[in-house]
Amino acid sequence: MRQRLSSNDRMTLWAAAAVGAVAVTAGAWAVAMAARRAPRGVEKRRSDMPTLAGGRGERVERTVTVLRPPEELYRRWRDLTRLPEVMTHLESVTALDGGRTRWTVRGPGDIPLSWDAEIVADEPGRLIAWRSVEGAEVDNAGSVRFTPAPGGRGTEVKVLLSYAPPAGRLGAAVATVLGRSGDQEVREDLRRFKQRMEAHEVATGARRHAEAW
Amino acid sequence: MRAVCWHGARDVRVDTVPDPEIVNPHDAIVRVTSTAICGSDLHLYNGVIPTMRPGDILGHEFMGEVVETGPSSRTVKVGDRVVIPFTIACGACFFCREQLTSLCDNTNPNAAMAEALYGFSASGLFGYSHLYGGYAGGQAEYVRVPFADVGACPVPARLTDEQVLFLSDIFPTAYMAAENCGIRPGDTIAVWGCGPVGLLAIKSAYLLGADRVIAIDRWPARLRLAESEAKAETINYEDIDDDVVEELKQRTGGRGPDACIDAVGTEAHGTTLDALYDRVKTAVRLGTDRPVALRQAIQACRKGGTVSIPGVYGGYLDKIPFGAAFAKALTFRMGQTHVHRYMRPLLERIDAGHIDPSFVISHRRWPLSRAADAYGMFNDKREDCTKVVLDPTR
Repeated sequence: MRQRLSSNDRMTLWAAAAVGAVAVTAGAWAVAMAARRAPRGVEKRRSDMPTLAGGRGERVERTVTVLRPPEELYRRWRDLTRLPEVMTHLESVTALDGGRTRWTVRGPGDIPLSWDAEIVADEPGRLIAWRSVEGAEVDNAGSVRFTPAPGGRGTEVKVLLSYAPPAGRLGAAVATVLGRSGDQEVREDLRRFKQRMEAHEVATGARRHAEAW
Repeated sequence: MRAVCWHGARDVRVDTVPDPEIVNPHDAIVRVTSTAICGSDLHLYNGVIPTMRPGDILGHEFMGEVVETGPSSRTVKVGDRVVIPFTIACGACFFCREQLTSLCDNTNPNAAMAEALYGFSASGLFGYSHLYGGYAGGQAEYVRVPFADVGACPVPARLTDEQVLFLSDIFPTAYMAAENCGIRPGDTIAVWGCGPVGLLAIKSAYLLGADRVIAIDRWPARLRLAESEAKAETINYEDIDDDVVEELKQRTGGRGPDACIDAVGTEAHGTTLDALYDRVKTAVRLGTDRPVALRQAIQACRKGGTVSIPGVYGGYLDKIPFGAAFAKALTFRMGQTHVHRYMRPLLERIDAGHIDPSFVISHRRWPLSRAADAYGMFNDKREDCTKVVLDPTR
């Protein structure tokens, strides 16, 4: 059950979008210049450090420790279609042919935004990295690394995300959805992932179904 | 159903609200048979705990009968008579595995709020503000209990509600406070506050082998209970010429108590200059806590002794004699109670007749419909009120 935006929230989002649009327009030239300097794509030297061409875009890095073995956490994450269970800003992730996936988020005003992504690194029990394919509306890359915590105390799960929304109205909306508080968003995603994997449910103070999440 | 709802400082009402439902797979719904008002509920009543919202259901000391269970619950069954711990714990995270259940990683849906304030979040709590998860409390006819398999403690029919109800909070809280003192034979323990936790802490200190317990308060009825029921020596700090610290020194051959328990917490009352200073600062919102009892405990404790703090604190404490604590090499033990690890051993203590915690009750089977009166009476210490047990059927 997804929380619907109140009209007040919507106002705030659109106000942020308007400000964002100016910033994005100003940034577009820099992006274009950067794109000329470096080939677009994930840098090959560090598969766990996804960066967009020229190091542009927002970056988020967050780590949580989960008291489960790395292999189990890897398997759960590797099924990307289940990510919306913990990443509440994702509407859906669906599998496409050729190992690709289609990611859909619901932006301000309930406008659905989609992009296709591909797995660029896959080390069972250790690492998954993905990035949006050429021509995606939302240029983004991410990775998750699973490292055994010291003393057999579970697994350190480190998520890295980079994203660079396109220019224009759509881009501003994306910036609003993903960039407004990307760090806090990832923090909450990881908290829900930990709750699912350890406690097999996501905490809520709701007294009734209709009030939950 | 009817429930005791918070509406603002000194404003609680019995409202009719929708019944709770099973929301998560490990939930149970409990029909409440007895529920008590805790001293820490008075912090909510007085509006000193942030993030309360009008309509929030109060209460974290309750027991009753399981009437519904979620699809993933395994051990708890419909019809079980159970006591519920006030801390909500998942049973699966690092802290739960270490039996530090009040520090559970996975039960506070508003963990980000607590992280902003404290760096990390502890467990969710029933009926204790949105900072602790916004869970509805047990001063109601029914309550949703998350992770019921982990928390619910079945109790035998031969024990009354009044005998076992306080396994939910104050008896484990008092016992952990005494256990945190690391009591050795011959020890003298000082206890600030003769409310229900203080009274049960005195009893627990004796159960754990203390030689003497000295209790400090100013309410004659409570001091009488500490003497007659809990067998403590007492100090009425309003009746003595010396200050409490000097009085304790004189009574312990100049050494000071081996351990000090602060069973008062954030809203301490005092007669000294620092107490006045705290009242002014909290009144104008420059400070958050009034740690008079804690200051005295630190000052009075013998060298190398332990200060144990079951009393609740919420924010930044001013004028703490940390130099004294350092100079005397004190040990501090504190925190919300890891209720889950104490319930069954303490139930055995009650069943074996070692202790009957019901002696702290001053008002029995008080109608839930008159809960607002009970809060006012308890808060103002009218009618020698030490503990009110509410009857949700009335």
